[in-house]
Amino acid sequence: MRITEHPILDFLRGEEVSFFFDGQELIGFEGETIAAALHAAGVRVLGHSQTMHRPRGLFCAIGNCSSCLMVVDGEPNVRICVEKLKSGMRVETQHGKGCLR
Amino acid sequence: MKEIEILIIGGGPAGLSAATAAADLGANVLILERDDKPGGQLVKQTHKFFGSKKQYAGDRGYQIGNFLIEECEKNPKIEVWTETTALGIYEDGMVTAEGQGKHLKINPEKIIVATGASEKMIAFPNNDLPGIYGAGAVQTLMNLYGIVPGKRVLMIGAGNIGLIVSYQLMQAGVEVAGIIEASPTIGGYLVHAAKIRRAGVPILTSHTITKAYGQESVEGAMICKLDEKWQPIPGTEQDLKVDVICLAVGLSPLTELCFQADCHMKYVPELSGHVSLRNKYLETTRLGLYVAGDVSGVEEASSAMVEGRLAGVCAAYSLGYGNDVAPKLQGEALAELSELRAGPAGQKTVKGIMKLMDKGGAAC
Amino acid sequence: MLSELGVLRLDKTGVPTAEDLKKVTPSEDRLKKGPVAIIECFQEIPCNPCTEACKQGAIQAMEDINNLPKLDFDQCNGCGVCLSRCPGLAIFIVDASYSDTEAIVRIPYEYHPVPQVGEKVVGLNRAGEELGTFEVNKVQSGGQKNKTYTVWMVVPKDLVMDVRSLRLGGVRHAS
Repeated sequence: MRITEHPILDFLRGEEVSFFFDGQELIGFEGETIAAALHAAGVRVLGHSQTMHRPRGLFCAIGNCSSCLMVVDGEPNVRICVEKLKSGMRVETQHGKGCLR
Repeated sequence: MKEIEILIIGGGPAGLSAATAAADLGANVLILERDDKPGGQLVKQTHKFFGSKKQYAGDRGYQIGNFLIEECEKNPKIEVWTETTALGIYEDGMVTAEGQGKHLKINPEKIIVATGASEKMIAFPNNDLPGIYGAGAVQTLMNLYGIVPGKRVLMIGAGNIGLIVSYQLMQAGVEVAGIIEASPTIGGYLVHAAKIRRAGVPILTSHTITKAYGQESVEGAMICKLDEKWQPIPGTEQDLKVDVICLAVGLSPLTELCFQADCHMKYVPELSGHVSLRNKYLETTRLGLYVAGDVSGVEEASSAMVEGRLAGVCAAYSLGYGNDVAPKLQGEALAELSELRAGPAGQKTVKGIMKLMDKGGAAC
Repeated sequence: MLSELGVLRLDKTGVPTAEDLKKVTPSEDRLKKGPVAIIECFQEIPCNPCTEACKQGAIQAMEDINNLPKLDFDQCNGCGVCLSRCPGLAIFIVDASYSDTEAIVRIPYEYHPVPQVGEKVVGLNRAGEELGTFEVNKVQSGGQKNKTYTVWMVVPKDLVMDVRSLRLGGVRHAS
């Protein structure tokens, strides 16, 4: 799901890095957001709503709407659409409101 | 604590233009930008811009963004703090922000709020399914990260954003099933619509979405036709198999800081939401606080740049800079704004701004 | 299927009507003489790069940038610079003098991949309907900054005012 050729843009991607999503190893590029890396890997469901367990994913992708909150390296409520991917990051589905450390 | 002459909150086209205009007159400027790079929405725009040469017509949005950023980088009087989010504007004039995990205090003499606007939502069953994105989100995925949002898209909204993002989807190799627009006419520029139609993509006016469906993410949508009273016409339902639904149904100015700073606000539909009362020099009812760009009323990038320039000049002039040239620069910016808004496309904005000048509004 | 019959106004459909096109189509005589620009711009929006692009002075400078472009067909030599600069991609160059039976239609193109010279492509009209398969006989790059290509297609003369878009064979998808 990554664009390789584009009529207007050239995509300068950083180094390829691996990270973990719910224990599964995935590949992404350093410098892109976690949301982008997950999306490229085909992951569109980022969690479920608390009461009715409805699937949730990205909406605004720019940090305004809080639809994409996940647990990153143990920290809950991270807006993964603005958080940049780093090598070895552990990204996990958040259940409920998340525990503050 | 950081002392600064002019604080600009938001590093998009309005903020960057304001910074250069103010710094060129001699003021010291600090821009706060929550993203890791300035440029705002310009960085995602691959199409050529309209307007005249003064607003860089013919250049692509991201090229204009790069140019504005370079102008700021060249100017030693402009500082830019990226990954820094403004948190509040207080009664005593202090502004707080969060940057790199630290709580920051800034003491500015003048403030320009240029925080832009955010996407509106519309209500329909299952509008919370993964695969339903704001149009800006699709642009971010495609044009910043080179990632395709899905295989087949239903675009809701035929304003400029809906038309432009549909075209960008096609450029990225994604199929656009169609664009639906609830109103009876296409709201965006008709040349954008023409590009879409001649590529074989349908544009259906007087149509709306009745629901989205899918198990864990979008698998399809039901649309129907509306009558002249905007009511669904029975029997006109169509089932579209799409895996992405893109909402381009308008933007709302991001005015939380203005509310908090105690600016007098007014709901103006023509400007797309709640906006600050302000005079023609873009100063609000809180003296020393200016607004520029979409936060002052949702419009186009070309007017955002000119408003930014105007606010920057006015803020610097009020500090005593540019006594000889400021009035001329103000006049030029005001004339450019009039020119941009003179045609039929600008009438809505003109009407909206007039409402801000009513009794109870800031005097012009 | 998605199809919409009914009122055909440009602001409802996005497709210029015959009435609209009459205003920007030159005479048969002029079309026969050689390449000429067809500026399919019908809405008053603030925009004027075409007036600055034209080196022949054929597009009148605008007092108010919301004005519609005014093209002098006789001054126009069909050079195509305006086609390449128009932000709305709304300008086309047609040459009905190409041969007895054929004409050239030049369109702005911003998709990937770009067609190759000699390639056969499907020509589309303003509503995206297929008009036939035509040969590409020239492809011009707009340059590193502009990035808009100009693609020249050879079409039957009677379609010169209809062919406005093309589709390559096969499906375009990202990997």
